[in-house]
Amino acid sequence: MLDNLTQRLGRVVKTLRGQARLTEDNIAEMLREIRMALLEADVALPVVKDFISRVRERAVGQEVLSSLSPGQALVGVVHRELTELMGGQSAGINLATQPPAVILMAGLQGAGKTTTTAKLGKWLKERQKKKVLAVSCDVYRPAAIEQLKTVAGQAGIDFFPSETGQKPADIAAAALDHARRHYYDVLFVDTAGRLAIDEAMMAEIQALHAQLDPIECLFVVDAMLGQDAVNTARAFNDALPLTGVILTKLDGDSRGGAALSVRQVTGKPLKFAGVGEKLTGLEEFHPERMASRILGMGDILGLVEEAQRSVDQDKAKEFAQKLKSGKGFDLNDFKDQIAQMRKMGGLGGLLDKLPAQFGALAQQAGGAVEDKAIRRVEGIINSMTPQERSKPELIKASRKRRIATGAGVQVQEVNRLLNQFEQTQKMMKQFSKGGMGKMMRAMKGMMQGMR
Amino acid sequence: MLSFFKKKEGGTPPATAPSWTQRLRAGLARTRAQIGGTLGGLFGRSRIDEELLEELESTLLMADCGVEATQWLLAELRGRIRRDKLETPAQLRQVLVDLLATLLGPLEQPLDPAGQHPFIMMIAGVNGAGKTTSIGKLAKHFQGRGHSVVLAAGDTFRAAAREQLMEWGRRNDVTVIAQESGDPAAVVFDAIGAARARGIDVVMADTAGRLPTQLHLMEEIAKVRRVVQKAEPGGPHEVLLVLDANIGQNAIAQVKAFDKAIGVTGLVITKLDGTAKGGVLAAIARQCPKPVRFIGVGEGIDDLQPFRAAEFAEALFEEAPAP
Ligand SMILES: Nc1nc2c(ncn2[C@@H]2O[C@H](COP(=O)(O)OP(=O)(O)OP(=O)(O)O)[C@@H](O)[C@H]2O)c(=O)[nH]1
Ligand SMILES: Nc1nc2c(ncn2[C@@H]2O[C@H](COP(=O)(O)OP(=O)(O)OP(=O)(O)O)[C@@H](O)[C@H]2O)c(=O)[nH]1
Ligand SMILES: [Mg+2]
Ligand SMILES: [Mg+2]
Repeated sequence: MLDNLTQRLGRVVKTLRGQARLTEDNIAEMLREIRMALLEADVALPVVKDFISRVRERAVGQEVLSSLSPGQALVGVVHRELTELMGGQSAGINLATQPPAVILMAGLQGAGKTTTTAKLGKWLKERQKKKVLAVSCDVYRPAAIEQLKTVAGQAGIDFFPSETGQKPADIAAAALDHARRHYYDVLFVDTAGRLAIDEAMMAEIQALHAQLDPIECLFVVDAMLGQDAVNTARAFNDALPLTGVILTKLDGDSRGGAALSVRQVTGKPLKFAGVGEKLTGLEEFHPERMASRILGMGDILGLVEEAQRSVDQDKAKEFAQKLKSGKGFDLNDFKDQIAQMRKMGGLGGLLDKLPAQFGALAQQAGGAVEDKAIRRVEGIINSMTPQERSKPELIKASRKRRIATGAGVQVQEVNRLLNQFEQTQKMMKQFSKGGMGKMMRAMKGMMQGMR
Repeated sequence: MLSFFKKKEGGTPPATAPSWTQRLRAGLARTRAQIGGTLGGLFGRSRIDEELLEELESTLLMADCGVEATQWLLAELRGRIRRDKLETPAQLRQVLVDLLATLLGPLEQPLDPAGQHPFIMMIAGVNGAGKTTSIGKLAKHFQGRGHSVVLAAGDTFRAAAREQLMEWGRRNDVTVIAQESGDPAAVVFDAIGAARARGIDVVMADTAGRLPTQLHLMEEIAKVRRVVQKAEPGGPHEVLLVLDANIGQNAIAQVKAFDKAIGVTGLVITKLDGTAKGGVLAAIARQCPKPVRFIGVGEGIDDLQPFRAAEFAEALFEEAPAP
């Protein structure tokens, strides 16, 4: 889990120590690590290859050579490139047409089309005060229409009934007519999941597209997809004039490399991210966060948001505030964070969102969700006085001995916890000062800390 | 390094026609055509060289085998090239197929519900993997072998999940136990009681899709398991994890997390009728092996087949048939 890019590069950089300059070989070695990291994150191989050569071009020469820390600079280049590739026009939903604006949903089986239809419908209704109608053309999967009816109800948008005996084209025509006559702003057309190689089904959705002339044709993709994401995305993109991509199930712990694959192959903007089964689980897509996630570099913003969503609101706010100020992040906060993480669960997923160093600290605490280890770190922190927790610098030798005895651990373990904490604190300060960019620069220090 | 609390690193041929192989082959052939570089071309080379091995590595990676399993397979292959003095790409192909078949071989363990009565199965997995559909197919499979079946609508969360399972019950003409209540464990408990009362052979409990990051939901499904155990000591007799073949390396994390929560005893790999090849099974075989009971090759009631390692490996590396 922690075997992420920064650490991998940390290892490489370590082997570079004592060498005054970066050679082609050195870059090659680091690029190999990046290649592996991307593959492990499920970025499709052809996309990885393109990406690596792009990074090589940018990295060789000035940018790297002028830097004191080659590994850190390279991660910077990688992160920037990734962000750039996945970013661009963060366009939202285009409704600029004669109403009703038709939105056609397409994708593989089980990707999240129906759920996303309701999420987006809710979004447009609540944020843009649109009058929204949804219809299902999925006459194949059992209870697919019933499902849309239910989630539309939950979303507070209107539902146009259809039946399994009908033809999708007839359903679509009737719904469009209804939407026109009742002055709907938006008509969502949900479709059955289909394989890109299923010619009959692809022809069906092409015909639907031709008939409806939707302003948005959204490709809904599971963020967990593997290498085949490129084939699927290419086939859907060839068959339909897609206008955007929605990535679902980002609340999981997949690294989400499919985002890059799909973006690269389709060239279409990644518009939204599904982050939960509930209809509130939709976010605008954040390329920078996604880049961090793919690289396993931590997504502290995501963490804070997740904390806000699922845990104690006040505590989370407080934490976010502290992150921003970079001041006052103390062992009490750290302990709270452990407790909250336990509450939120999926320490695994959360760790992936943390910057490596903080992740290491949490990992140390969490020992990959090993309760025993969590209890040990909690034990150490519990053995401190409140004053010590808020001012860890107070903890000198005799206090350390007392804490260690209290927690039933060796003094070294107390030392290690304090060391890690200190570095985390530093990193958080860097982070608060300059956002991601600064943090990248701070990674030089982190890598040294990782030896 | 940061080693404070260092993490530990942790067949019987069926009676039905082997149509899945054909479907699988058809699907794979189409993939190759799309990717461009075909395996046929790969093995059609005249000799073994680095370029060939590199292409082979790409093929394995693009099948979702993952970095670790791919490197392992390649290392084994290199060893064989030296040891067995392989000379032609065709020999290389055979060795690779055999290697993969050997790796996957231990996963080929068919499911037999005969020993227990009722035989209680839990079906789990991430959202949209194909749990409910697989249950529909399995009901037909078991009934075709003379076992009576009852289904438990244990997904009390997702919209119309119950209605979806009801429809599969109707198609199979089997009873679906459902409740208005939101407690999955209670539904499953009911279904076990019903199975006993009616002398039914197999109970299959559907569960809501969940991601392992949702710890409360993992706890919920662990509770379902405990309730089953209470109702039937020794149960559940099979805990099936349904994996979507399209999913990449996260499938490994899924196996590990569900195993930890509910003790997975078997896998179903769905959606193998698409272009995804399910190579992640190679990684699973190396890192967290579990018996693969069935594969899903379509959305229809008959689109379920037992897993056969040799055929799977063969189909993965098979040269594309002439179009
Ligand atoms: N955790 C999580 N689950 C999601 C998300 N989006 C959808 N799901 C779940 O994924 C499963 C499949 O979602 P659906 O909306 O039914 O997918 P679909 O593409 O309409 O599926 P078909 O119509 O069968 O092809 C359901 O269990 C949803 O609740 C998400 O962002 N996060
Ligand atoms: N092509 C293909 N589609 C499949 C296969 N198995 C399931 N599906 C489709 O995948 C989608 C999701 O299947 P479900 O059975 O609803 O999945 P689930 O795991 O129960 O989903 P949730 O309960 O929402 O988590 C549906 O559209 C199914 O028809 C398969 O083997 N091949
Ligand atoms: Mg649907
Ligand atoms: Mg289901």
